[in-house]
Amino acid sequence: MSTLAASNKRSFWSVVWDYITTVDHKKIGVLYLIAGGFFFLLGGLEALAIRWQLVKPMNDFVSAGFYNELITMHGTTMIFLAAMPLIFAFMNAVIPLQIGARDVAFPFLNSLGLWLFVFGGIMLNVGWFTGGAADAGWTAYTPLSTISPGEGMDYYVIGLQISGAGTLMAGINFLVTIINMRAPGMTYMRLPLFTWTSFVASALILFAFPALTVGLFLMMFDRMFDSAFFDPAMGGNSIIWQHLFWIFGHPEVYILILPIFGVFSEVVSTFSRKRLFGYSAMVFATVLIAFLGFMVWAHHMFTVGMGAAANAIFAVATMTIAVPTGIKIFNWLFTMWRGSIQITTPMLYALGFIPTFTIGGMTGVMLAAATADYQYHDSYFVIAHFHYVIIGGTVFGLLAATHYWWPRMFNRMLDERLGKITFWIFFVGFHLTFMIQHFLGLWGMPRRYWVYLPDQGLDLGNAISTAGAFLMAIAVLILLYNIIKTAIKGEPCGDDPWDGRTLEWAVPIPAPHYNFKQVPLVRGLDPLWVEKMDGRKEMTPSEPLDDIHMPNNTVLPFVMTIGFFIAGFGFIYQKYDNALNALIFVGMGIALGAMLVRSLKDDLGYHIPKKELEKEARK
Amino acid sequence: MEERATFNEEFIKEKRRQDMRHQVLTFSMLIIFTLISFGMVMSDLNAMFVRMVIILFAVVQVGFQLYYFMHMNEKGHGMPSLLFYGGCFAGFLTVLGLVVLTWW
Amino acid sequence: MTEQDIMNPKKMPLQPEKATLEGKNKFLGFWFFLGGEAVLFASLFGTYLALNGSLNGGKSAEEMFGLPLVFIMTMLLLTSSLTSVYAMHHLRNNDFKRLQLWMSITVILGLGFLACEIYEFYHYITDYGFTFRSSAFGSAFYTLVGFHGGHVVFGLAWITALIVRNAKRGLNLYNAPKYYIASLYWHFIDVVWVFIFTVVYLMGVL
Repeated sequence: MSTLAASNKRSFWSVVWDYITTVDHKKIGVLYLIAGGFFFLLGGLEALAIRWQLVKPMNDFVSAGFYNELITMHGTTMIFLAAMPLIFAFMNAVIPLQIGARDVAFPFLNSLGLWLFVFGGIMLNVGWFTGGAADAGWTAYTPLSTISPGEGMDYYVIGLQISGAGTLMAGINFLVTIINMRAPGMTYMRLPLFTWTSFVASALILFAFPALTVGLFLMMFDRMFDSAFFDPAMGGNSIIWQHLFWIFGHPEVYILILPIFGVFSEVVSTFSRKRLFGYSAMVFATVLIAFLGFMVWAHHMFTVGMGAAANAIFAVATMTIAVPTGIKIFNWLFTMWRGSIQITTPMLYALGFIPTFTIGGMTGVMLAAATADYQYHDSYFVIAHFHYVIIGGTVFGLLAATHYWWPRMFNRMLDERLGKITFWIFFVGFHLTFMIQHFLGLWGMPRRYWVYLPDQGLDLGNAISTAGAFLMAIAVLILLYNIIKTAIKGEPCGDDPWDGRTLEWAVPIPAPHYNFKQVPLVRGLDPLWVEKMDGRKEMTPSEPLDDIHMPNNTVLPFVMTIGFFIAGFGFIYQKYDNALNALIFVGMGIALGAMLVRSLKDDLGYHIPKKELEKEARK
Repeated sequence: MEERATFNEEFIKEKRRQDMRHQVLTFSMLIIFTLISFGMVMSDLNAMFVRMVIILFAVVQVGFQLYYFMHMNEKGHGMPSLLFYGGCFAGFLTVLGLVVLTWW
Repeated sequence: MTEQDIMNPKKMPLQPEKATLEGKNKFLGFWFFLGGEAVLFASLFGTYLALNGSLNGGKSAEEMFGLPLVFIMTMLLLTSSLTSVYAMHHLRNNDFKRLQLWMSITVILGLGFLACEIYEFYHYITDYGFTFRSSAFGSAFYTLVGFHGGHVVFGLAWITALIVRNAKRGLNLYNAPKYYIASLYWHFIDVVWVFIFTVVYLMGVL
């Protein structure tokens, strides 16, 4: 691993400085992976605490208030600080390589997006140490969230605002990267499916996040500056928050799952040694899911009383999404059909994902039936449903991607035997935890309750569920052990360890920081495979060897983020003392100052001279 | 070759002058639309009718701005229009949802 | 393309704003950003439309809004949109002096708009007691119009910074895209204002 090897020679702080100022998409991917992984473990600990509280009736492991904080922070952390950043980690690490680019379109914004996410995540969690974290549920429904005492919800609002801005930047960056930075011959209909799905997910980010931005601003104004958006006494209306939240929130679940569909498409195709079945249908289905995903937000609000007509429209629209999703499921199955299948760890996750996600999809159709939803609403049935799609889809996919692209990112293969053990424990633990929750919900257990009474038929189910949760935790620990073990003892894996099909495997491992010495010429779908089938080992270059232009490292994104971070505290605490408004001015001053420097100081990047590249080639 | 280049340049300059005339024409259209909108509001016409017309005028005005002032009529605006109109569509649904499904 | 070609091009291309890869990226990325901004303002418009009847005992839009001032503001912003089109015309003709001149006029008109808006808010607050906190209508009004005003402030600062920074060195392929997207931003501000004067003010007094 290049970074590990380098750190042996260089001082620790010079490596830290290198990573703080980096604009290299590969290093930013690693940082996303580390930060997202950390928050994933944190969210997992919160989940374990929730399950331990519910292991037996009337348990007193945590207090009711703390339980509320746990569920809120578990949901928020997992969605915003774990799942999405981990997806960004792989998007950063893989997409420029997959399309034959030397970097992303906006390296500066890429770095800024990363740091905004990191500090937004820290901001959210500061609440734990200042008298209580956010406690109104991850959906933060008003008026509960606007009257929630203390600063917990303030941290939620500001933290999500900061990290949301980072996500929006990352989305725009990937859209432009995929449109403008493709290698010659890489037409839209030759894009690997992970790139396609990430492209569509980035468009969803672009359209969905501004609604959340506005929702969070309104909540911020209500909580910190006494405005009246959600206060019925002043003529406000709390339904507005629900609309804005779900106009963002429903596309958000597709932002989480679409890139994962891409991951599984790559994995299934690679390990069946076949090109993806129905490539164009897959692309079409992806776009269709994204399109429909914008018209169904109100199915989260069936029980607020929108009326039968609205409920019917949103119910039908929601059920329609099952069609393109079904297309995808069948395409994966047909890709495997008559392929020479290798059961590797990523492939195992893909095989586990298909039935699991199908179950999650079917409960989704059940929930989409508006009349039946009155029964399921706010019960454990809903919890079971979205964990089947988010864990069975997104987390399985992230674990598959971790095993699949680990050699690409770190020049080490993760231990396959340990990987398979991880899969089986995680898979069994997952179904043990959440299958029974469908039934707990149908038996009448409501979500978000911190205790339940004994002898109501809920005791055994909850105990089983908790046992499953601990199995999942064991699986994650084995994965961590696997990572540490292979980092210390593992051998460098060399180029193209999986006999891959797409361009990212044509780049040497470890990758030079400019990715491609000569930008490759793409001659078909699965470009590397096309060359392999023609008896070549490498891609044909599309240009003669020449100077390579690269962007300069910069610390400005980090400084800008620190500025917003400081200003965030100012906004939260100004209600206690007007003097604290100074924090807002100082913070915004730093952030805007950094922006001004960025705008006024020319930054043209630098060139790696041709001679140096030739010298490297001879070595 | 030299002669041709200058001819080309002359042609482009002339075309740009013409484009600029179109821009000024666009501007006068925008002014007219604005005047009509303000005028209709101050008149005694049926309120519902006026509402429809001024919203229509606003949309047309914005179309002029996008296509002429923001150069969307030029080549190479396929992707920008796709994602910009995508945003407008999402925005339209948002407004519709908030207007229709907030009070009942 | 070498640094020399970007900073001191011998001959300006037809569309200097899209001549470099950075320029193309900026152009595309900024249009996408405007797509996101469209959703942002749509959310604010939706909120305003949902809450514009929630007066909480205060004065209504019809009683407060004065059309003459709004008309002046509209004209100022609309004209500033035209002047920034002139600036872009001269950007493509590689006439840096006129580009700077028209951009400066745009800034002055924008400042005029901003002054009117500040006066308007001041007038509502002092004469009618209509504030951000007095009703849901007030909150929604000041948030929507204020967000637009905030965009105006940011746009003015941005364009001013560009004018000052580049005053001494003229146009090149590095700063041409910057001017171009700043002008796109300014047009977008005007686009939003068209909906604000229609939906908030004209429909408010109707």
